[in-house]
Amino acid sequence: MDKFKLRLYVTGKTPKSERAIANLKEICEKELKGLYELQIIDVLEHPQLAEDEKILATPTLIKDLPPPLKRIIGDLSNSEKVLLGLDLSPCSSPNDRKEDQS
Amino acid sequence: MNELSEHIGIEKTETGIEGFDLISEGGLPKGRTTLIAGTSGSAKTVFAVQFLAEGIIKKGEPGVFVTFEEPPKDIRKNVISLGWDVAKWELEGKWAFVDASPVVGEDHVIAGEYDLGALLARIEHAVHKIDARRISMDSLGSIFGRFSEAGMVRSELFKIAAAVKQMGVTAIITAERTQEYGDIARFGIEEFVADNVIILRNVLEAEKRRRTMEILKFRGTSHQKGEYPFTVIKNVGIVAIPLSGIELKQRSSTVRISSGNPELDKMCGGGFFRDSIILVSGATGCGKTMLSAGFAAEAAKNQQKALLLAFEESREQLFRNASGWGIDFEQMENDGILKVVCRYPEAEGLEDHLIIIKSIIRDFKPHRVIVDSLSALERVSTIKGFREFVIALTSFIKHQEIAGLFTSTTGELMGGTSVTEAHISTITDTIILLRYVEMFGEMRRGITALKMRGSMHDKDIREFNIDGNGMHIGKSFSNVTGILSGHPVFSSSEEVDRVKDLFK
Repeated sequence: MDKFKLRLYVTGKTPKSERAIANLKEICEKELKGLYELQIIDVLEHPQLAEDEKILATPTLIKDLPPPLKRIIGDLSNSEKVLLGLDLSPCSSPNDRKEDQS
Repeated sequence: MNELSEHIGIEKTETGIEGFDLISEGGLPKGRTTLIAGTSGSAKTVFAVQFLAEGIIKKGEPGVFVTFEEPPKDIRKNVISLGWDVAKWELEGKWAFVDASPVVGEDHVIAGEYDLGALLARIEHAVHKIDARRISMDSLGSIFGRFSEAGMVRSELFKIAAAVKQMGVTAIITAERTQEYGDIARFGIEEFVADNVIILRNVLEAEKRRRTMEILKFRGTSHQKGEYPFTVIKNVGIVAIPLSGIELKQRSSTVRISSGNPELDKMCGGGFFRDSIILVSGATGCGKTMLSAGFAAEAAKNQQKALLLAFEESREQLFRNASGWGIDFEQMENDGILKVVCRYPEAEGLEDHLIIIKSIIRDFKPHRVIVDSLSALERVSTIKGFREFVIALTSFIKHQEIAGLFTSTTGELMGGTSVTEAHISTITDTIILLRYVEMFGEMRRGITALKMRGSMHDKDIREFNIDGNGMHIGKSFSNVTGILSGHPVFSSSEEVDRVKDLFK
């Protein structure tokens, strides 16, 4: 499996930011253990980075690798949507899908 | 102390947009947010860009442009033709973009709660980076289309508006409207964001587009009310035409100038006043252009400059005809005392004509301005637009303390008036009527000074004829009545004498 390169943009240390970080870490540990690289960027400290990346809403998660590039907006509390955005399916699902297709 | 200074009132910051600062009585309220609402194509973005551009050019105030719709590279390209080099200003640290335009081909997934904190952080960053005094956000409504949570977007926009206020910058927010008359803006939110609302309109009226701007509210400060026409011109941008902003403060001169025809001068009690507006009305071919040419030539004789704006004839025609009356326009132009400008009335909208004429007058500084004919311009505008044009032009000419001679063509061969006259007769100081008179199977010409403000004048209708040397005014038509109504009736000389005796 390819290594995941993720960037999470948050605005300050708000509950929403904390929640997003916790949710993301949980999902990554569960689905991508040892296969991901995560960078957390606070746009209050690095506004130019947000400008370069044209971030409007926070929290925003950007998946740089593997392609395609994806943006996921929100505190990542909806883990199903997050997995969808990362082009991942929950652990059990790949097999289910195969069965569906056959 | 602070409270005290608040009582003094709201300070305004001059936008530098021509005409707008007059309408707004000094510009936009300083440190506040103004909403610019308009339908698509109403020049909102131009206004937003120009607000920053004029700040940089005229006052050295840096500005931040937040774009929600067009990417910065499109804006840079689009405004080059208006004379603004945004890329250069960016390099010089006078202009900064906050690019909130949609990223093409990149969709996002929503997975939980979010806000627009990053946008605010970026705006604050840009403002601090270049120490901006002005900020434009164009156009706010489009952000609603990109995020489904309208309630969240609304409260975030309030937050941004409040933050902008805190920063002490003067801000413009543009918003789209769906109709020219109705709700101020879509989504109904923008009007609460801003203390001040300006509406730009682009109304289709009698197959002609007419742009107007209206200041709907300026919280806590004064402004001119109603709609004002404006136009967008190459290398200049928006130019508003403030009609009621024009003050009737022009001085009035008692110095007389010659019309170029000694007999006509005599009829007018010694000539026209130096800073008067003269209207010459008549049917086609009865000598209006000739009178204009004579008026221009007279200026040249006294080493004064004349500007001739021709809307009916080409340069060649005009020069040829003038030489037929013994006037050498070519020589006068070479001497630099005459400028002839020929344009098709249809070449531009009336507002654009006005701006062009004004700039020619400013550059050339003529002593006399001739418009031949004013009624040709009637064709390209609505009646209201035409009236505004005439008022703006005459007041501008009066402000320069120079003479303006306008010709007007009447629709009917004999008698009659034109729309032009109906609209401008009250504005003019002098009205000269040229009329055909049918007498015994022959067309003769009559001239009369109908009105001569502030002076005695000849009340007779005199006959005149035209030859190789121009116009020659003769005796009055003493035994004809009804010339002006177009129905001349002849009375025998005994009858005329009898009437005269009655009043002895």
